[in-house]
Amino acid sequence: MIFSVHVEVRLRPGIADPQGSTIERAMPTLGFAGVSGVRVGKSIRFEIDAVDEASARAEAEDLCRRFLTNPVIEDAIVELEPAGVAS
Amino acid sequence: MSSRVGVVVFPGSNCEQDMVEAMRLVGGEPELLWHGDATVNGVDAVIVPGGFAHGDYLRPGAIARFSPVMSAVAEFAAAGGPVVGICNGFQVLTEAGLLPGALQKNAGLKFVCAPAQLRVETTNSVLTRAADKGAVLSIPINHFEGNYTCDAETLAQLRDEDRIVLRYVVNPNGSVDDIAGVCNEGRNVVGLMPHPERSTSELLGSTDGLPLLRSLLSV
Repeated sequence: MIFSVHVEVRLRPGIADPQGSTIERAMPTLGFAGVSGVRVGKSIRFEIDAVDEASARAEAEDLCRRFLTNPVIEDAIVELEPAGVAS
Repeated sequence: MSSRVGVVVFPGSNCEQDMVEAMRLVGGEPELLWHGDATVNGVDAVIVPGGFAHGDYLRPGAIARFSPVMSAVAEFAAAGGPVVGICNGFQVLTEAGLLPGALQKNAGLKFVCAPAQLRVETTNSVLTRAADKGAVLSIPINHFEGNYTCDAETLAQLRDEDRIVLRYVVNPNGSVDDIAGVCNEGRNVVGLMPHPERSTSELLGSTDGLPLLRSLLSV
């Protein structure tokens, strides 16, 4: 079975996010007031061939832990569904 | 006896020739080690130089640690061989799990390229054994992601085990506890953000990198 996987990589709370801070500071100059807490992450999409959803999830989470994130500074949120399902 | 020093080259490394020149200057026999070859070629020490290995895609060092040479470097390190990672090389060694912690983006949002004053905190490491404890060295830094971080437990361990090798006198990037360089438990793997190979001549403004580079040669 093919599963579509979406991984959101987020900087862990407390980890410096210069991109987020810079974007946030630019907003008032464009007239957007009251926006705060901007954090920039990464969005990674791929497909996994696995026997069932649980094993697809296990593999995706292993991939996140060992490669797609650095667990010292980043967290991953894994979303997954059978391929071909409109999201 | 001269010491053979292997300088690892990834696609995107850019400090390897500086390091080759610097190593010749201190009497070493440098040679380049291509990242695609799974061997360190019998050298006496390995340096992972600065640059942007594999374009720093995903994260600095994240792809480089899968290069074939890195398994050979890990074996060499496990056998007690001296390994030093400089700047991007430090990032590669943390990603490869040869050193604890991680390098996050600089506090203050800026790429920093400037001379830094570094205090030698221990001479019990392959990079500082020929230096003087407490000496302050002027060595340049040149990075955007040099802000060293680790969890509180790791930090306590680094302090207790005297594994913080170099500290910034004035913190340029937000690194926890002013850390500029750390070593592993065996003290044979050292990572640092500053570039000692760029402090090897009065023409470059400082020769303070020389004692560090000499430390790497066999004693």
